[in-house]
This record gives sequence, C-alpha cells and structure tokens, in this order.
Amino acid sequence: MLRLPRFRLVEPRSYGEAAQLLAENGAGALDRARGTPTLRVMLVAGGTDLFPNMKRRQFTPELLISLARVRDAAGIQRNGHLDISAGTTLSDIARDPGIRERCTALAEAAELVSTPQLRNMGTIGGNICLDTRCNWYDQSLFWRTAEGFCMKTNPEVVCRVATSSPRCLAVASADTVPALLVLGASVHFEDAAGAREVPLSELYREDGIRPMAMRQDEVLTDVTLPETDGWRSTYLKMRDRNSFDFPIAAVAAAVQWDGSRVAAARIAITALGSRPLLVETAASQLVGTRLDDVTIAVAAEAVHKVARPMDNTSGTISQRKRAALVFTERALRSLRPN
Amino acid sequence: MSEFSVIGRRLPKVNSWAHLTGEARYADDLFLPRMLYGRVLRSTRPHARIRSVDVTRALAHPGVMAVVTGADMPEKMGIMPSTQDETALAVDRVRYVGEPVAAVAALDEDTAFDALSLIRVDYEDLEPIFTIEEALEREDVKIHEESRRANVFKEVHLSFGDLDGGFASADHVRDDWFFFEGNTHAPIESHSAVASYGPDDKLTLWTATQVPHYLHRELEKVLGLQRSRIRVIATPNGGAFGGKSDPFGHEFAAALLSMRTRRPVKITLDREEVFYAHRGRHPVKMRIRTGVKKDGEITAVHYQSWLDGGAYASYGIATTYYTGALLTVTYRIPAYKFDGVRVYTNKPPCGPKRGHGTTQPRYGFECQIDKIAEDLGLDPLEYRKKILQPANSRTVNDLRITSMGLGECLDALQRATGYSDRRGQLGRGKGIGLAGSAYISGAGLPIYWNEMPHSGAEIRIDRGGGVTVMCGTSEIGQGSDNMLASVAAEALGVMPADVHVVSGDTSLAPVDLGSYSSRVTFMAGNAVRNAAMKLRALLVAAAAEKLEVPADRLLTAYGRIYDRDDPAKFIGFADAAVLAEAKHGTLVAAGSYKPPKGIGGSFKGAGVGPSPAYSYQAAVAEVSVDLETGMLTVDKVTTAHDCGRALNPANVEGQVEGSAYMGYGEIIGEEQVFRGGLHKKPSLLDYKIPTSLDTPALEAIIVESVDAEGPFGAKEAGEGPLNPVIPAIANAVYDAIGVRFDETPITAEKILDALGKRDRRGEPKLRIGPDGLDSGKGDPKRALRRLSASTDARERKKPVG
Repeated sequence: MLRLPRFRLVEPRSYGEAAQLLAENGAGALDRARGTPTLRVMLVAGGTDLFPNMKRRQFTPELLISLARVRDAAGIQRNGHLDISAGTTLSDIARDPGIRERCTALAEAAELVSTPQLRNMGTIGGNICLDTRCNWYDQSLFWRTAEGFCMKTNPEVVCRVATSSPRCLAVASADTVPALLVLGASVHFEDAAGAREVPLSELYREDGIRPMAMRQDEVLTDVTLPETDGWRSTYLKMRDRNSFDFPIAAVAAAVQWDGSRVAAARIAITALGSRPLLVETAASQLVGTRLDDVTIAVAAEAVHKVARPMDNTSGTISQRKRAALVFTERALRSLRPN
Repeated sequence: MSEFSVIGRRLPKVNSWAHLTGEARYADDLFLPRMLYGRVLRSTRPHARIRSVDVTRALAHPGVMAVVTGADMPEKMGIMPSTQDETALAVDRVRYVGEPVAAVAALDEDTAFDALSLIRVDYEDLEPIFTIEEALEREDVKIHEESRRANVFKEVHLSFGDLDGGFASADHVRDDWFFFEGNTHAPIESHSAVASYGPDDKLTLWTATQVPHYLHRELEKVLGLQRSRIRVIATPNGGAFGGKSDPFGHEFAAALLSMRTRRPVKITLDREEVFYAHRGRHPVKMRIRTGVKKDGEITAVHYQSWLDGGAYASYGIATTYYTGALLTVTYRIPAYKFDGVRVYTNKPPCGPKRGHGTTQPRYGFECQIDKIAEDLGLDPLEYRKKILQPANSRTVNDLRITSMGLGECLDALQRATGYSDRRGQLGRGKGIGLAGSAYISGAGLPIYWNEMPHSGAEIRIDRGGGVTVMCGTSEIGQGSDNMLASVAAEALGVMPADVHVVSGDTSLAPVDLGSYSSRVTFMAGNAVRNAAMKLRALLVAAAAEKLEVPADRLLTAYGRIYDRDDPAKFIGFADAAVLAEAKHGTLVAAGSYKPPKGIGGSFKGAGVGPSPAYSYQAAVAEVSVDLETGMLTVDKVTTAHDCGRALNPANVEGQVEGSAYMGYGEIIGEEQVFRGGLHKKPSLLDYKIPTSLDTPALEAIIVESVDAEGPFGAKEAGEGPLNPVIPAIANAVYDAIGVRFDETPITAEKILDALGKRDRRGEPKLRIGPDGLDSGKGDPKRALRRLSASTDARERKKPVG
C-alpha cells in the first residue's frame, strides 16, 4: 500500500482562521526542497482527491489545513435562492429532495461522483476545487520518475500529452461543476481581509496547472444557486465503468420553459478540456424554440465543435468528442415538457 | 437419494467463515516480533545496462537495517528449469520498467520507502523493443543475448495428419487473423511475503504463492541454502489466477534480508508493483485457416500464433505450446498444423492467466466457427453439435479424451437461453452469441522432469475421531481446502467441518505441485481419496469385528459406520478409530496420484496438452450496443460447464461465475498496455476490472459427465469456463451490429469505427481486426520520443519574437 508522506495537520474552527493560517504559512509558495516542487501549505476538506494525490507524491505539503472542523461548514439553506455550504457532502446533496426536484442536474452529478464511500467523505467545495487529471500525471512517484516528470509536476518540463504545448493539458474532471454552471451558481470565498462572490463561470481557466482563478490565500465557503422556477436540468456522464469512474465526457443542460417555448437555456461540458465550459453558442440557439430535433441537432453540433479532448484520459478522443454531441442531444431531449 | 453424504451437496466451504469475517490470515496480516519492513527498488528504464548500484547512502540512512542487490543473488532462476533467464534482482541489465533491482529492510515502511530514493543506479540505456514485429526482425538489438534468431524465445512447429490433402478436399476455406490483447490477473490481494531466518539457521517463508513446492526448489538454488533448511508456507491467497505461480524477486529479497539481519522481514507489493510482477495473459496475434466440407465437417486446420512474451520466460514455453495444443479436443479435426513463436519484448513478463495459453486461440477459433456456420447457412449451435470430438477417443495430436460433455452443455444452453430461436431476431443493437471450449484437469507432466507423484496427501485420525488432512496444495480462494476436506469426509463418513486441513506447507504436508493448470481437484482429490480409503479399510475392519457384520456390508456416513441392511446397527466414528488404533497402531495413511501413462503422444513437444481429463463448457452471451456512443453492455452470460461431477455445486457455480466475470472483463476493456515501456494504467482506477455493479447477470449450469478417473468423477471447474465467454460476447456483438470483432477488447472506439461514426468521413466496416503481422498499429516509438522530449525542444519550436 502506498503511504502518505509526513505532514502537519491543523484544524481551525472558522474559515477566517483557515484563511489566516494560509496567509501566515506562505500560501502559494512552492517548496523546492521536497523532491519535486510542491505547495508548502494546502487546504483539505474530505480528502478524497488530495490524499491519493499525496500518496503518489504529487503534493507533499508540510502543512495541511483541514476544514473538517470548521463550524457550520455543512448545510443546505433555502431563502429564495439555495445556499450550500462548501463542506456539505456529495451524499447529502445527492439525497436532498429539494435539490433533486429543483436542481436535478446537481443531484444527478453528485450521485455520479466516484463510490458511496467517497461521496460520504467528499464535499461540494472539494469537488469544485478538484485538481485536473491526466494519465501522464496521476501516477506514482516511481512512475513519474521513470517518465521524467511533466509540466504539472515540474514547470520546467514539457507537457507529455503534446510536447509542443505551451500549457498543461490536464483535464477538468469534476462532475458537479457543469451542473452548477447550468444552474447559474456562484461561489463565495473568504480570505484574511474579507469575503467575495464570484460567478462560477468566471472561476475556471484553460490551464491544467492553475485551473482556477482563485487566490492561494482564500477559502471557498459557500455555493449559491439562484431561484430555479421553471427550469429543468440534467447531467449525463460518460465513463468506463458505471460503478465509479471519473468522467471522460460529460454534458449538463438546463432549460427554462415559458409555456411550450424555451425562455432560457444553458449547456455546459466537462472532461473535454482543461476547463469546464459553458457553451453559450449552443444554448443561445435554443431560446424561443420548442426544442425540436433540428434545433437540438444544431446545438449539439455547436457543443461538438468546442469539445477538445486530448489523449490523456481513458477512452479515445473521437469517442469522447462524439459523446459530447450525443449526450447534448439526449440531455436536451430529456428536458422537453412531458 | 444420493449415494453420497458429502459429495454433491451445497455445504458451506470449510474456510468460508474465516473469509467472511476477515479472520483469514493472509501474508500481509502476519506480524512477527522484531519484524522489519522491506521494499523493492525497481527499474525506471525499459532496457538498460546497469553500470553500478550504489547503496551507501541508503545503508547509512537511520532505520535502514540492510540492503541487497542483484549481485548478492546472481544465480539464474525461473519457474521452468529449461528456460531460467531471470535473477531475483537484476544483475547487470534491466529489461522492463518495474523490474526489481535492489531491496531495503528498515524498521518501518516509511523509512524503507525513503531509503529507496537514496540508492543510486547508474543506467546505460539500450534500445528497447516493444512489439512482436520488431522483436521478430531486430537482429541488432538482443534483449537476451542467448536468442538465436532476433528476439525469438521459442519457436514450435507441429504437424499432424495430411494437411495439404485436408485443405485440397475442403469445399470452403476460411483464413482469418486475430489479435488478443494482453491483460493481467489483478488479484485483490497484492503479493506479500514474510521471511524469518531463525537462530537454528532455518528459513521459513510465508508467502502468497500458488506453487510452494516449486518456490522451495528455487529458494535453495538462489540462496544456496539446503532445501532441508527451508520451509515454505503458502498463505491463503486473496486471489491469484496464475499471477502468483512464478518465483518472484521480492520473495528471495525478503529471505536474503532476513538472513542478513536475522530478523523477520515482510515485503508487501503495492498495487502498482503487482502490475509489474504481472505474468499475465500474453498478447497474441493469430492466423487460423480452416477447411470444411459443404456440411461443415472440418477437413484441416492450420493455426499460427505469435506471442508477445515480455522480458522473461516465465511459463512461456508451456504457454507457446498451449496456444496450439488444445484446439483439437472440442471438434473433430483430421489434419492439423500448429506454428507458434514467442518473442521477448521490454515489458513485464507474461505468463499463465486463468485459461493459460488456450484463451486466445479459443477466442479466435470460436469466432471463426461462427463465421463458418454463417458461410454455410448453419445454426452455430447445431453446427457445433455435429462436429463434436467424441468421448473416449484420441485427437489428431494424440490426446486421450475420456468423458466429453460439450454436446450436453450446448443442449442445456439451448434450453436455458433459446439461443437458436433468438439469434438474428433481436433487432439492431441487440445480439446473442455462442461459443464452446475445453480445458485440462491438470497437466500430464510436472514442470521439472521426475517420476514421483504429482500430488501426495497424508491423513491422520486422532483418538477423538478428528481427521487431519495434510496436502501441499495452495488455497487460492478456489476452494481447494474445502475439496480436500470434502473428499476425505466422504470417504471416511464424517462431515467436512470435522476435518482439519493443513495445506501449502512444505514441512508439514506431502508435495502437491501447486494450484495451477486446474490440477488440484483431479490430482490432490485422487491422492486424498486414496489415503482416506486406506484408513477407511482399517476402520471398517475394526467395526466389522465389533459389530459382527461382514465388512462389505458396512457403510460410512455422518460419523457412523453402519450395517447397510440394518442401519440401526452402527458404531460411532471415534469409537471405530479407537478400536482401529488399538489393532493397527497410529492411524496415518498416505496416498498419491500421478497421471496415467499413454495419455499423450511421444513426439517432441507432446508434453504439453495431455491431461487425465478435459473439462468442456459453452457460453451464451446477450448484449446491447449503444449505436450512438458505441458503448457495449453485456446483459447476461449463461455458461454450461461439464465438470465431471460437482463435488460441491455451490463451489463449482462460484468458479463458473467467477470465470465468466473475468472473461467479461477481458473483452470489454481490460488491457495491459504501455506507452514507451511505461505501463499506461498501473492502478485499479485506470485498469478497468469490472466491479460487482458492472458485472452482467451470470448464470451457471452444471453438466455432469462423471469421469471414470476423477475423484468421485470430478474434473476441473476453475479455468475452462472463462474461455467460451470471450468469443460468445464477440459473436453476440456480431449478431447485434453485423461487425466481426477479430481483436480484443471490444471498446466503444472500435464499435464507433465499425459503425462508421468514429469521424465525419468514416465508412462502416464489416470487421475490426488485424490483417497480418504488420497491422500498423501506429508508431510504437512515438511514446518514447514523447518521453525523451525536453523543454529545450519545446522552446526551440516557439515562434521567435
């Protein structure tokens, strides 16, 4: 069994305290004395992503700040909008009847993450901050030593997926993110100075190493979803095994109906590039239609066009690109009024 | 009512409680006082000369107690005495990424892990070879200097009957190429060994092995320690499937580290290391030419195989022969030619996996039989029934066939699934497919030449009526301990739960060659039965005297020896034991088994293939194909299996279902594949073994042909049932979408390609598979170039300014 590297664990009781600890311990600083460059201090919530990564020595932080004991870290509140605390487990989200009914895509996505055991530990905040994945990178220290490492481990090396690529091509792999995107979510951060709110659609960027426009000294505290009256949504995921794998292509879609016509629509994809993507070119064409087959085909084509998988997950590029098209069609068809 | 009190009943396995409650003690569960923890340093290069190994810094690291390297154990070893080409730890050359190079023993696991990074190995890279084609051609690069032609490990040519005449008289000849991708066992328990060298200068090695006896021999050779001073104890294996049937570097390393430190040393492999230990299914390219008459009667078969063996021999010589040896035992073949070549490549060594060497050709052949049936307008099930090799016959390659239940298996499947009525009727995207197969119940010859028994057993009865069975078999989860207890219990008239089993211990139990080639039930079963019948005779004689009933009227069951004509007249088993011991002395008996002579031919190469009996089986698979995404779903697999007699039907069904599960995994996606010599998916997240949630509905049907020589008529049940599942699924996919899959696995990508939906310009295809040796599967060196690409090269490519 691979064992965890040694680290120190602190368990603050508030997000403010956690942010303070981040700032005090050199958040974002790279420690180059620990084999390969690694962040010196990191946050951990459920640990389902971070601990396996640490066992593989992708990160060997000296200090871990656990969010498990932060007061009121978990919970789902409704007051017009829906407020989900970052520490809420994926299991709790998947089985919340209100979320299932009004934010169906989110419940479906949460339920499709990994295994029941990991959903019981994994949190929505952790899933939003899930590290990008790549089968040239998500390997043991031994394997990556044999490989000669890659850009994501060591910025001074090439990207193995495409050696001429100027950036890391690791893949966005969080199931809940496209669902949250089509539901119009925003996220809240806290740092030592205060709090801020960011639309989720502005959080991600096309960079496998730093996939989030998030400061190193801030902590994700809440996710907010606006009122979802009249919206229907769904999430479809392709993976090798329907028991527990990461997505290799996934589509979330949401449609707001005004009678028999589409009033508003959003489509988002993930696992098809380094960032989860709201495909506005596809969704905008749906407004005012009845979601007839021709309209759906046009939207699916637009999704197909922006899906840019690389050869660094299981499955193949063409299979995943095609899944983007087929799943968009299937998702939209399932959102037609009964 | 059954003539048996134990045999044929669904009694719980004797060790099932231990397994269910977590009480079973696997090797990694052992903790000995003063025990050290070892770890193995592995090669990061696919092919390189070792210039030097510097362990000084590791040795100086606090907590490190000893370090050993290849130079400490330079003796060649390997499972087959004639092809020993490995050393416990690499000596002057490494031949695959993951090959053991050195080992460390430390006070705790973390220290051992840290110490590995302090060992400096100076490598001089050599050009690696990754494909069968390169290995066949590259005279300039030798993975083993001993290879006479390029990197050919073994070449076999066998011919039987009039091949040319057979093809000349054929009305129709099919000529097909197939490729079977390599895959691995992925046992849930990773390999683990605990060595303890004591103050008495004796070594005990507890290890998860299928072959304690063969390992015992290799330990003597490599460690230079007399075998009389070594005791090997095979711990319960948490799954093995062939992957624990070679001697492994970590076993020798643990032993030597214990000898050096005089403290117990444990080495447990992590999951990634299990993928490097491998010895799994060979990737095989095959060409099969089959001639048939208009009515389907086979006139000749020419079978050729090219096996990608990886870096070392393992069982390769047997694997090579097995690809050709057993095609003849299912259907009548009057003329047969077999050409086999196994090559070395710079990848982890391939070896035996459930179905050893027969799985790949059986897949190709059963797909081809399906095609022939279609060409001739015959129902594939009826067609197979028409051409069956008869019971009590000899095949063209001189294999003796005794009981043969394939026809009954096919009938049972037709009744259970309605195959013949449903084939071609399920609509596009839904399909049903069939295949048959066979397997050996143990190899006719041992791995090293000798005239001794293949299996020995000893039984002791104590004064309380307790029965202890001692046999060298290795319990790998297949139920061998339960089999030993059941056979002894049936013969003696007690219940299996009353029997103590001591297995897999080279000091306490007589030799059994090991849990490989599905030999244990047949061979150890006969040995135990033989021993038990000797004791039974003593007990019955004592009881006859006491009861004043002729011995031939006495029966034994349920702890009693009783009068057949008047069951109320009986003596308890323990009482009979006391009487018998008083009369004959200590109640111990030994039994042994050796396959009969004359069950195979006498030509060179005739040693692989003969078996005292063959199991037969057939499977029907039902599938659905998503025509838009290419995803394949197997809805159900029904397997009918002729196991001779089911000693315990629940155990047999478990083996049949487990085999179906494993075959299903192999065709839907498991693959041991590499990029530039690096294993592409050495983890249970990336190497896609199906979980129980992913597994289709499985149904097992037992067919009993009652073999004349098997213990109570039994034959094997642990391996054969895997074989038909793979071609049955391929044939079902053909029924669903009209595309032949002549290569495994059947992935979504390949289905999309076949449907013409892989890209915008795609044309539908009728077949996915190789057309010859050079099937042009891309440039094998591309990944290597990617690995050697430097940041400098990227910088140079950037536009100036």
